[in-house]
Amino acid sequence: VVSTQSTFFFKQWYQRRVLFFLSSGINAEYGSTLLYTNKFECVGREMADDRITQRLTPKDQTLAEAYDIPANFLEIDILNPETHGIGNKRYTDYEVRLKTNLPIFRIQECTVRRRYSDFEWLRGELEKESKIIVPALPGKALKRMLPFRGDDGIFEEEFIEERRQGIESFINKIAGHPLAQNEKCLHIFLTEAIIDKNYVPGKLRN
Amino acid sequence: MVSWLGYGNSAQVSIVLEDEETREKVPVLADEEPKETQHLFYDGESVTGKVNIKLKQEGKKLEHQGIRIEFLGLIEIYYDRGNHYEFVKLDKDLARPGDLSESCSFPFEFLKVVKQYESYSGRNVRLRYFLKVTICRRLVDIIHEKGLVVHQLSSYPETNSPLKMEVGIEDCLHIEFEYNRSKYHLNDVIVGKIYFILVRIKIKHMELSIIKRETTGSGPNTYNENEQISRFEIMDGAPVRGESIPIRLFLSAYDLTPTMKDVNKKFSVRYYLNLVLVDEEDRRYFKQQEITLWRKSPTSLKPENRGVAALENMRT
Repeated sequence: VVSTQSTFFFKQWYQRRVLFFLSSGINAEYGSTLLYTNKFECVGREMADDRITQRLTPKDQTLAEAYDIPANFLEIDILNPETHGIGNKRYTDYEVRLKTNLPIFRIQECTVRRRYSDFEWLRGELEKESKIIVPALPGKALKRMLPFRGDDGIFEEEFIEERRQGIESFINKIAGHPLAQNEKCLHIFLTEAIIDKNYVPGKLRN
Repeated sequence: MVSWLGYGNSAQVSIVLEDEETREKVPVLADEEPKETQHLFYDGESVTGKVNIKLKQEGKKLEHQGIRIEFLGLIEIYYDRGNHYEFVKLDKDLARPGDLSESCSFPFEFLKVVKQYESYSGRNVRLRYFLKVTICRRLVDIIHEKGLVVHQLSSYPETNSPLKMEVGIEDCLHIEFEYNRSKYHLNDVIVGKIYFILVRIKIKHMELSIIKRETTGSGPNTYNENEQISRFEIMDGAPVRGESIPIRLFLSAYDLTPTMKDVNKKFSVRYYLNLVLVDEEDRRYFKQQEITLWRKSPTSLKPENRGVAALENMRT
């Protein structure tokens, strides 16, 4: 982590210190006016100028705090696409592997298999139940599902890889959102072997 | 009908202030006109000078129904055109109805004028002071205006406690921010720190900005104009708990005005510090905190002028 400070401000700070020394003598000479509560307060305030820009004292950071595993560890990988079934009744699913130390997930590691329509279900639930603007999924590829194509349509390796990348980026974006983390549907999606589409929508905490 | 800028067919009017050479001039911002400078006055100061009327055609008499000069303080709300609120109006007669046979000059004196509010030029509202000379005539009055800028000075506030607060999103992000004061003068420095208590999101960077909020109107007709005066990054990278990030922000670098609350019940100008944390998915987490800005008496103020308002007040 870098604390960024522009050098411009340091130069200006130095110039103000010089100006203070030139003007402080003049301040002391003249009598008090109603514009200041009293002349000594005025001079006293100016005198504190060089201490005015000093940093506030920070609280000490313990070694444990500094070198522990960060508390924001969250990784979801989409791996091992597999196409099941034969002929017309084929479908592809992907392994969704969650690794995290966020307490809201109640589990540190978990793997489930999910297909594209499950991602669509999750997106729909989040749009309905939460106030988030849900990111887009990779396309439905309807053209690829039409008959009489030269290639294997939606079961082409290239297409599956493209889709895998899209859903990986989608799920990582959404799982890191504090409001989405509060939704039951997200946890069902990531941790339960089978999605119960008749679940009761709701939040995890108030 | 009105002839502006004093350019009638017959006469040219100008207003010259008594101490025009020595009085400080300050730039004035206005939407329509190009940037110009006007003379600076403080509350309680007298406004004195001369009105010079020059006849365009020497020898040709200028008939008039009276010549007067006014000192005006005006609040103009832009969306409410035609509705001007005069909160100060002083006038002096310079000449009774008659003829002007030659160019001449009339001295005027407005003593110890109360100028309660600071001049302000903003998005939706403007508060200005000006002298206005009117030569009344049968058909077309000749009018000439000269604008002035007024600054309101304050002294160091008696109480000025630091702003310190713990904020966050439950279970995700807890921070404690601290700014060394709640009231800052316009050339002050904001010194502060951000302390991270709990970080369960992936932060990319953190920035601090100054927001100016101009409020005009009231009730259902309230207009809020937010303007981001400055913005700069104070942290780059992902912090962990226990980390403290320092803040040092010099206010003199920015175009700021003092905080104005409910001026003549017409408008307010308030300032906020906006702390924003941005995570890796560009989600923004922010906390706005109001600060009070005030104008300190400049050290360059000549002692005769600095004490003028006060001494004049004391004498009465």
